[in-house]
Amino acid sequence: MASASPSLSPDSSVQRTLVTPEGVDLRLRLGTAGQRAGAFVIDFLLLILTLILFMILLFWAGLGAAEGRSNDGLSVVAIIWLLGFFLLRNFYFIAFEIGRRSATLGKRIFGMRVVARDGGRLTADAVIARNLMREIEVFLPITFLFSGGIDTGSALMAVVGCLWATIFLFFPLFNKDRLRVGDIIAGTWVVHAPRRKLLADLAGEGSNRLPDFDFTDEQLAVYGEYELQTLEKVLRDDNAETLHGVANTIRAKIDWHDGDDDYIFLNAYYAALVARLERGMLFGKRRASKFDIGEDQSSG
Amino acid sequence: MRRVANQTVFSSQTFRAEREEDWQRLEEMLRRAEGGSVRRLSDDDLLELPVLYRSALSSLSVARETTLDLALINYLEGLCTRAYFFVYGVRTSLGRRTLGFFTEDWPAAIRTLWRETLMSLALMLAGALAAYLLVQGNPDWFNSIIPQGLSGGRDPSASTEMLRETLYTSDQSGLAVFATYLFTHNSQVAIFAFALGFAFAVPTALLMVYNGAILGAFVALFVERGLGFELGGWLLIHGSTELFAIILAGAAGLRIGTKVIFPGMQSRLNAAREAGKTAAVVMIGVIVMLLAAGLLEGFGRQLITEDLTRYAIASMMFFGWCAYFYLPGLIRGQR
Repeated sequence: MASASPSLSPDSSVQRTLVTPEGVDLRLRLGTAGQRAGAFVIDFLLLILTLILFMILLFWAGLGAAEGRSNDGLSVVAIIWLLGFFLLRNFYFIAFEIGRRSATLGKRIFGMRVVARDGGRLTADAVIARNLMREIEVFLPITFLFSGGIDTGSALMAVVGCLWATIFLFFPLFNKDRLRVGDIIAGTWVVHAPRRKLLADLAGEGSNRLPDFDFTDEQLAVYGEYELQTLEKVLRDDNAETLHGVANTIRAKIDWHDGDDDYIFLNAYYAALVARLERGMLFGKRRASKFDIGEDQSSG
Repeated sequence: MRRVANQTVFSSQTFRAEREEDWQRLEEMLRRAEGGSVRRLSDDDLLELPVLYRSALSSLSVARETTLDLALINYLEGLCTRAYFFVYGVRTSLGRRTLGFFTEDWPAAIRTLWRETLMSLALMLAGALAAYLLVQGNPDWFNSIIPQGLSGGRDPSASTEMLRETLYTSDQSGLAVFATYLFTHNSQVAIFAFALGFAFAVPTALLMVYNGAILGAFVALFVERGLGFELGGWLLIHGSTELFAIILAGAAGLRIGTKVIFPGMQSRLNAAREAGKTAAVVMIGVIVMLLAAGLLEGFGRQLITEDLTRYAIASMMFFGWCAYFYLPGLIRGQR
């Protein structure tokens, strides 16, 4: 194997093994730090937005109660506010993650979900443990900021506060599994498992075009799996400029002269290449990329 | 399954064409199930789902070895992952879980924390004792221990009569709001004490000592004026529940902290995970206890001004909690 060959498997630093009882590795992918941060920002903004709406609503209700000079009315409003704030702050994340999709709205947008690290069932205890920890990861630094800890406290307090926030807020950046403090306590991690659509069968589509193209074996032998899958991506993205560039590169490489449309040519070439490489696979011969010339040359 | 006619050679296209329908059906079922409750699936669906899941898994294994269509493999991986978590994420109903929590899980979790509970109690008592002695020796200490907002005029400069009055005033307007405020505020403090435990238990321990110190300073002030017995009733009617809850929250925090420092035979991560689960169960219970304490403090204390009645309620609550938590363990001969 040529060491220079680009790796086919997705970045192994984010891939984790989860073998199902049926013995198949699901190859989970962890959510990246960026996705995690994005999801949290969305959740946090949603939380604040809900609180503001809630506040406006209750303010209205409070005004109504004050006009009617009803003390009971005012206390009901106050109770709803106190309880509502408490529940939102502590149970927004818990309520969503206990649900079937094990993900808050922000995580859903980024296609992530919370999963028990041992691959077992995600229990309610775990969800509660991981989210109560947000108290010191997020809410403490925020309270610290807003209570004017920096104004009234000494410079030392500010330094300690910033250090605290740095340690806990950025904890996921310091370990390879992107674990929050809450994840450590709960035995969970967050994986990226978006809902995917089943995309069109490019090879099936292309094989209908093959009768018009007769690629020789040498013309197909120039590329390996890596190039094939790059070509697949180019075809699925369907960007005219990229298609043109890629088509011309391949045409030059295999010495092909035709007046066909770029997409049709690439699609046909893709189908032919898939057929050839998959046939090799069935016989146990894989070719990772165009640099991988190990057995191919000796055998033909 | 639909067979594609006259195919003699295996190809990834026929492979896909033969199974595509099943995958789509599984996907559609999952979409319905994840969107709402399991009831959206018919009995037939529920029987078929595991079968479809296993066939999708086998498709994934085959696809990884035979096809180079990356989009197809990614799709199958995503589909199988979703189905796996649905099929193996079996949950009991909320009602049964709640029942199990109160009859079994919660008391059991508290019993396993008995060592930390004693530690937490000792820290609080130490804080109380220290503050008591300090304030007794020099009343100036009172103001440095108790934050301005909390004392509400109850400080060494107040007259004995005024202090007595604070114990028995029953301002009955807004009791419900007061109770709610106490509940949410105390719960937040308890959650905080729990979460701080992760920082090697030190902040939790400090918090427990400090809570004890506030208590001790108040007690010293009132005892000095000969109001010790009366303060006891005022404090304990809700305090026997509230302080118990705070001590348990502290114990949960201490558990996490000590397990992170001393994981014993387990790996540090596993030890932290196990401690976290026990502590989380305790914490849910603590919030329930604080709800009771909030009601007792908000209503009970304001409406009941008889010292002995206050003491009676206090001891009833305390022994009630103890019996509930520890009796099943003692009966079964375990701690």
